[in-house]
Amino acid sequence: MKKFINAPEDVVREALAGVAAAHPDLRVDLTNQIVVRADAPRTGKVGLVSGGGSGHEPLHGGFVGLGMLDAACPGEIFTSPVPDQILAATQAVNGGAGVVHIVKNYTGDVMNFQMAAELADDEGIPVETVLVDDDVAVEDSTWTAGRRGTGATLIVEKIAGALAEAGAPVADVADIGRRVNAASASFAVALTACTTPAAGKPGFDLPDDEMEVGVGIHGEPGRRREKIQPAAAIVTGALDSILTAKPLARGDRAIVIVNGLGGTPLLELYLLFGAVATGLKDAGVAVARNLVGNYVTSLDMAGMSITVCRADDDMLRLWDAPVRTPGLRWGV
Amino acid sequence: MDIPLARAWVAAVAAAVAEHADYLTQLDSAIGDADHGVNLHRGFTAVVAALDGYEAATVGDVFVRTGSTLVSRVGGAAGPLYGTAFRAIGKALPESTVEPEALSVALKAGLAGLQKLGAAVPGDKTIVDAYAPAVAAYDGALADGGDLAAAASAAALAAEEGMKATTAMQARKGRASYLGPRSVGHQDPGATSTWLIFRSLAEVSG
Repeated sequence: MKKFINAPEDVVREALAGVAAAHPDLRVDLTNQIVVRADAPRTGKVGLVSGGGSGHEPLHGGFVGLGMLDAACPGEIFTSPVPDQILAATQAVNGGAGVVHIVKNYTGDVMNFQMAAELADDEGIPVETVLVDDDVAVEDSTWTAGRRGTGATLIVEKIAGALAEAGAPVADVADIGRRVNAASASFAVALTACTTPAAGKPGFDLPDDEMEVGVGIHGEPGRRREKIQPAAAIVTGALDSILTAKPLARGDRAIVIVNGLGGTPLLELYLLFGAVATGLKDAGVAVARNLVGNYVTSLDMAGMSITVCRADDDMLRLWDAPVRTPGLRWGV
Repeated sequence: MDIPLARAWVAAVAAAVAEHADYLTQLDSAIGDADHGVNLHRGFTAVVAALDGYEAATVGDVFVRTGSTLVSRVGGAAGPLYGTAFRAIGKALPESTVEPEALSVALKAGLAGLQKLGAAVPGDKTIVDAYAPAVAAYDGALADGGDLAAAASAAALAAEEGMKATTAMQARKGRASYLGPRSVGHQDPGATSTWLIFRSLAEVSG
């Protein structure tokens, strides 16, 4: 393993210290391991909290700021945060209008956020939870832990964050978050495994001519292994899975993300986006807004995910609203 | 079981987790996210520190403090699950000395708490696949007239068998379930750490 680190157990804390140094407009609490907007809590504004394991940067700490999250609680690498952290973040952003937890659907994340929500409720802070489960590679059945939360998390955080910034009540903020999630589907393909600092070696071996199809964002193997194909064919397969799970009609508009998993050059991501745009155009779907880049990553994994969110007028208006965070910034 | 024995059990678990941390993480690397060993090691290191100098009035105090520390320090699914289990065990033991039968009731309360939170049943390839047979074997040994040492020894053996049986299972809970049929052929890391917990109980009770 070669990484720019000092010691595996110090990576998250030392990276947070770097976030604090780079972004003085954020409050980084190194004791509770939370990242908070400098002006939180804002009286009367719904607070938005998200979090999850580290290793997905810029998610979530990179999306704290005006028009998006009020706080993020990063756990250890690929490990959900603990209830104490989530409660501290919830308290820090409680402006008396309620708090929304945006939770990616993983067993540990759901449990820790649920425990924190109960503790917050004991303190008189009402919490609404928005569960994100957009990854259509996993069947949503009693035979699995359900679909994973991946790329759509960014869209949920952006759109719900914009509505909260506009002063909407907690139920409305949670409702639009759930609507965005319901309208979104993602699918990911990996060309390499990733290496966690603790494990020190890649999570799995992948021969030069093979790819993992249907991976998540935690370095685990995907649903199946296949011979590698040209990018155009990979995009066709991924779009088929997405449009089968969440069909779009001709004339629909979409917010589309072609996301790198950490180890794929932007050159390749743009090449992929070109194929995605063509595929959607053929399906009669207009790409109304898009992002191309590394937003929801899996450490150093070479790979990409495609997220398609069928967007209505409200969603597009909120997507366009000003945002000022380390990871997303426009309109300000 | 008295308070020193309760402390000795937790200390033995901490030592076993430290010794096997890399092994647990490698097991998790195959079907999960490669953090089980390192997370439990961090948690039990914190537990040892939290119990150092702690004045426990009952056996249960030791386990409640253990569980609360795990919830606060581990994260992931293992923190809430083991934390809830130890807290439930502790709440069922409000005396300074407890009989082996009372420990059986407490172990079952721990299993119930864990299953309520995780919604796992035997066969899902989880902690439950080692924990449930361990409790059954513990009760069986007591029914045969065995003492704590005999019951704990039987529990450790059953947990080990349960752990080994997870290799052939397809995961239906937790992160390994995303792999579908590809989770078959790998031993479950959670069942493995549960085996360490019961093996530690047998060691200190013997």
